[in-house]
Amino acid sequence: MRDVSIIGIGQTPVGEHWDRSLRHLAYDAVAAAMQDAGVQRADALYVGNMLSGEISGQSHLGPLIADFAGLRGIEAVKIEGACGSGAAAVRMGYLAVASGLQDIAICAGVEKMTDDVGNRLTGGLAQAADADYEVIHGISFVALNALLMRRYLYEYKVRHEDFAGFSINAHANAVGNPNAMFRRPITAEAFKKAAMVADPINLLDSSPMADGAAAVILCPTERAGEFTNNAVRIAASAMATDSLSIHDRYDPLWLQAAQDSAQRAYRQAGVGPDDIHLFELHDAFTIMAAMSLEASGFAERGKGWQLAVNGDIRPGGRLPVCTMGGLKARGHPVGATGVYQIVEAAQQLRGEAGDCQIPNARLAMAQNIGGSGSTIVTHILEGR
Amino acid sequence: MNHTKDGSVLNSLMRPSTPVGIVGYGAYVPRYRLPATEVARVWRGGEGGLPVTEKAVPGPDEDTLTIALEAARNALARAQIDPHLIGAVWVGSESHPYAVKPTSTIVAEAIGATPHTEAADWQFACKAGTETIQAGMGFVASGMARYALGIGADTAQGRPGDALEYTAAAGGAAYLIGPVDQSLAVFEASFSYVTDTPDFWRRPYMHYPSHGQRFTGEPAYFHHVTSAGKHLMEQMGRTAADFSYVVVHQPNAKFPQRAAKMLGFKPEQWAVGLLCPVVGNTYAGASMLGLAAILDQAQPGDTILAISFGSGAGSDAFALRVTELITERQGLAPKTADYVARRTVIDYATYVRYRKKLSMQ
Amino acid sequence: MGIAQNWRLRSQRYGLVGEVCDDCGEKIFPPRDVCPYCTQPAQTPFQFSGRGEVFSHTTIYNPPTGYEEFVPYTVALVKLEEGPLVTAQLTDVDPEEVNIGQPVEMVTRKIREDGPEGLIMYGYKFRPRLQEV
Repeated sequence: MRDVSIIGIGQTPVGEHWDRSLRHLAYDAVAAAMQDAGVQRADALYVGNMLSGEISGQSHLGPLIADFAGLRGIEAVKIEGACGSGAAAVRMGYLAVASGLQDIAICAGVEKMTDDVGNRLTGGLAQAADADYEVIHGISFVALNALLMRRYLYEYKVRHEDFAGFSINAHANAVGNPNAMFRRPITAEAFKKAAMVADPINLLDSSPMADGAAAVILCPTERAGEFTNNAVRIAASAMATDSLSIHDRYDPLWLQAAQDSAQRAYRQAGVGPDDIHLFELHDAFTIMAAMSLEASGFAERGKGWQLAVNGDIRPGGRLPVCTMGGLKARGHPVGATGVYQIVEAAQQLRGEAGDCQIPNARLAMAQNIGGSGSTIVTHILEGR
Repeated sequence: MNHTKDGSVLNSLMRPSTPVGIVGYGAYVPRYRLPATEVARVWRGGEGGLPVTEKAVPGPDEDTLTIALEAARNALARAQIDPHLIGAVWVGSESHPYAVKPTSTIVAEAIGATPHTEAADWQFACKAGTETIQAGMGFVASGMARYALGIGADTAQGRPGDALEYTAAAGGAAYLIGPVDQSLAVFEASFSYVTDTPDFWRRPYMHYPSHGQRFTGEPAYFHHVTSAGKHLMEQMGRTAADFSYVVVHQPNAKFPQRAAKMLGFKPEQWAVGLLCPVVGNTYAGASMLGLAAILDQAQPGDTILAISFGSGAGSDAFALRVTELITERQGLAPKTADYVARRTVIDYATYVRYRKKLSMQ
Repeated sequence: MGIAQNWRLRSQRYGLVGEVCDDCGEKIFPPRDVCPYCTQPAQTPFQFSGRGEVFSHTTIYNPPTGYEEFVPYTVALVKLEEGPLVTAQLTDVDPEEVNIGQPVEMVTRKIREDGPEGLIMYGYKFRPRLQEV
């Protein structure tokens, strides 16, 4: 197996791109990443995406994006793992390069959500859950998370407002990220008063659906110097799965796939949770942030929310999270999110995070969650 | 009394050659209630008499199938038999969820009676349910089936502002017919009385039924109900005084009381089975639901006269005698009164939404 | 709605028919081919009682397509008395009346309709227990 590094990154601002289609957004990110890496060609393209078929009526993204990015002819395929599609695409690129079968791999994530913003989008997102046993009962994706959060609050005797810190931190961080969707801070008061979406989840627990695309270029670490002197090494890449539905979990309040993928990643990188300088976690909802911290070894069971209360997750805290705004404030273009997380972690490790920069960051972790915890991909990146 | 062509009296009692009875029964009434004052408020400026106090309204996820099914499950809970032994599943209704596709197959599937069973939907306005009982008696008595399940259920629709809107309600009851030695009540006899009398109808593809106003009274309801009751009692050599209880089809609060009185009954005989004032007219479910309420309270040895009425028009009458088994079965499923007591009052606007009276196009 | 997709699930949808594992004895819902506890084949049907209690719940105001007429409606994870958790709607109950631990029982109700001309799909929901029989 070869060691793999990121030699280029690219992203579009997250938001409502009414004038840009799926393929154009993907092109923007891929072209930016290729320019950043200084490459004209690639051997393979892995496109993370969830909803193109449902929302844009477009499946078969591999050849489409390859062609429109000027890469007609290369190996190209869509990778789908619901909201975890992006990091899954990076994982596939990693496997391709590490195996020695490909040298230059582009891993892109793209999601075009505003082509349908009504109930069809709600239904499309729900397809991340079990069609026959969850979705058929009229459940939405928010509702699945609400079921987890309600039980969490009940079992661990936590107040809803104790989760405010996750969203406040994300919004505060996004102010410094020009690609973020919501670049304005929010208050604890606003969090408390936000409109209810699916009790107990309110609007400020929830990340906004938006359009976006991001891409990274991978190559063998031994060749990274040919392209850049600021390569970011992929110290670990790990994926794990759990049951698709919440009701089939042995312990619904425990993200077993997060634990499994994080532990594999720690082993591969030869580090532990205490060595991680920043964590781009999957705060699609505040409850996911808390559960991700617990399962990844940063907090005890039932205590992930405490890191939001005591400030550990803020810049300068013990474990800064969502340093560029996270899903909550950067925005959540579902199949692209996992790539955004890795692009942002690379920005931090390259010292290019601008106002969001975490000083002396050398080891960053990114964790992308598909569905209610069914596909979880954890990457650990190492800067120079 | 009918006469043959040569003028001799015809004994037209339906009495199976092998006695059969009710092995299990079950009721269902939805949770929501629309007070009659709400209809009067919206359509009559709050003025005018009210035919009932309130009526049962199905929730947005209920229809004749869901009502029939819960009643059937209650009947099975009381009967305690293997559903595979049921040889017929019959649902009588004027509001089947599909115009084409049986309600009965869904009930049969859901209770575990499929595939070795007969299943069919029946239609005869408000007496579609009692027909299934009569047919079930014959099916079981003849040995064609070990058990037969007869259900009457409806989610009746009244045209907005029409007199029927005060009363058109939802509910149902199910009766499992079986061998007499397993029965909690035995059929002593039955009788049917039908003529071509156009008092109430609904043409295909029409949402709301039409009716003949006052023509629905004397020539239709009262004539058929009292004729059926009178002939049954006469041919059995009984009078009203021989029955512990009576229940007749109840389109409003007044009609059934007047009909029972015409047959010689007293208020204490009809009080238990008179549910219409608090649940409305549950159409095919109406007399069967009243009978269920009586069975919920009956004692061994009690006798019951039940008479349905269906527009178009006809009445089925039944004479029942309650057995010792009633006592152990009554508590095996929710009683009619449990459903009647479970009530959430809604306003006219909510009713309009739940009953899909708002055009969304 | 796929006709066959829903039809083949009718017995479990109408009445909570799951499986029991012949090997480890666990009761399984929804039914599957392999026991999730011991990974042995599990294909013996098992009729669940339909009784359980609310494990968690939420109320939906923004429904997926096809569920608009029921809004607001409550969905729950229900812990069946035989063991499994089931995702389903609660019915005949106002959202503010629902609590974790509340005893519920299965009923069969309309899940959705495929428009005015399409099929009606029925399936399990849960409501507060009517009585302790």
